[in-house]
Amino acid sequence: MKILVAVKRVIDYNVKVRVKPDQSDVDLANVKMALNPFCEIAVEEAVRLKEAGTADEVVVVSIGPKAVQEQLRTALALGADRAIQVETDDMPDSLSAAKILKGVVEREEPDMVILGKQSIDSDNNQTGQMLAALTDMPQGTFASKVEVTDGHVSVTREVDGGLQTVKLALPAVVTTDLRLNEPRYASLPNIMKAKRKPLETVSTDDLGVAVKRTVKLLKVESPAERSAGVKVADVDELVDKLKNEAKVL
Amino acid sequence: MSILVVAEHDNNAVNPATLKTLAAAKAIGGDIVVLVAGKDCAAVADELAKAEGVSKVLLADNAVYEHQLAENVSKLVADLGKDYSHVLAPATTTGKNFMPRVAALLDVAQISDIIAVESADTFKRPIYAGNAIATVQAEDAIKVITVRATAFDAVAGEGGSGSVEAIDAVFDNDKSEFVGEQLAESERPELTAAEIVISGGRGMQNGENFKLIEDIADKLGAAVGASRAAVDAGFVPNDMQVGQTGKIVAPQLYIAVGISGAIQHLAGMKDSKVIVAINKDEEAPIFQVADYGLVADLFEVLPELNEKL
Repeated sequence: MKILVAVKRVIDYNVKVRVKPDQSDVDLANVKMALNPFCEIAVEEAVRLKEAGTADEVVVVSIGPKAVQEQLRTALALGADRAIQVETDDMPDSLSAAKILKGVVEREEPDMVILGKQSIDSDNNQTGQMLAALTDMPQGTFASKVEVTDGHVSVTREVDGGLQTVKLALPAVVTTDLRLNEPRYASLPNIMKAKRKPLETVSTDDLGVAVKRTVKLLKVESPAERSAGVKVADVDELVDKLKNEAKVL
Repeated sequence: MSILVVAEHDNNAVNPATLKTLAAAKAIGGDIVVLVAGKDCAAVADELAKAEGVSKVLLADNAVYEHQLAENVSKLVADLGKDYSHVLAPATTTGKNFMPRVAALLDVAQISDIIAVESADTFKRPIYAGNAIATVQAEDAIKVITVRATAFDAVAGEGGSGSVEAIDAVFDNDKSEFVGEQLAESERPELTAAEIVISGGRGMQNGENFKLIEDIADKLGAAVGASRAAVDAGFVPNDMQVGQTGKIVAPQLYIAVGISGAIQHLAGMKDSKVIVAINKDEEAPIFQVADYGLVADLFEVLPELNEKL
């Protein structure tokens, strides 16, 4: 079976973001970028399915300017077989991304599409579900366990009260949660090997998708800072403060 | 303006996040209609008809909606939603699961996880794990929105006089099926709804030591949470995780025990009214957001705290 994995280039999760002084957006100039952590888990899961003999090909796709090729090479070094860059001037919103991915799905006809549940920049948590709706595929979101059995995939999902399991007919969309797996580090030989793996660039025109944006970003601010309070000396003082000062006990 | 609010419930009772989502709908302004989709859930519809500001409750009572399968619910909500200016649902794992499908079926964008309503088309939402707050304006004719429940005060659950109207639209599919669920059984309040939350981090050292926290929680009627570090270390299950990748909580009192205060964790609890931090490392970043900090060994402090409460 063939697995398509969609990945996104985002700010490295260790970097503290700063808002631009004019409040137009966050400042991404000269900031370290990386593969979105949830997307890394998606790549890892696909590669594990290949190593287990369940999948025979893992294709990664990313949308954006040339810079996203860096993250595609990372995914190839982690074990994906080939990569597709859908070239756009900037990062499209979730609905446009889902439409672009639908175009890729129609070309590649994968049996499963795995995506991260959300990207750590926009925190939208939308693209996988939108892709599933547009392609009329069933979905298993926030996956903590994925098991493929004859034409179906069982997905254990992280839900508010605990875990839920759904059984989906393939082809299906799966989005990853944190506990699905622990991604490996790419070894140096695999990084070298990734440089020679195929990477194809296509345009949104090739896929017949018009990218539009219907949500305007008006302003970006820093959140209200919480100031440090006081240090208490012992448990007695703590209990006293909570009862008599904060009045929360 | 007319607003459709999709209720969250377990077929028996209304999830409190629904009343908070209704508060966001009220802030937008307009006629508010609630959809209750589920199985044998008429009691939920009756309950919501009494909620403040609800003019009508649509009740879609059918086995196909019993487990809120996204494939079915999204089609129902999109079919109804095309006649409204706004479609809202709580940003719970259920809402996050089906709402983007609704948006895609309606060919509109979704605004996720709003924390404030500026006007009928302009909203605030956290980005970058809450390290920045974006103000966004939606230009689509139908605004599909998920609401961060902790950012809104619930509307009154009593006193309203909405009507209940049964609808018979049935959307089924043969591609997805509910197999089962393992829900955490607990006598304690639900994390996101609790007035007091006490959480443990890596400093707890193992899962057994969480007993120290649980004893205090039971005394205070509090919920028990954990940092991602404690979850990753296997001390406790993931449904206890508070943080960017777990649950967002904003209780009256949050007690962080043995938690260093990574940005990831702060994103999930920094809107709590009063924060207490107990940690033996006085340089721990958690103290920068805590109203009351106690630098001490948690294994000495917790039994003492339990005794003195």
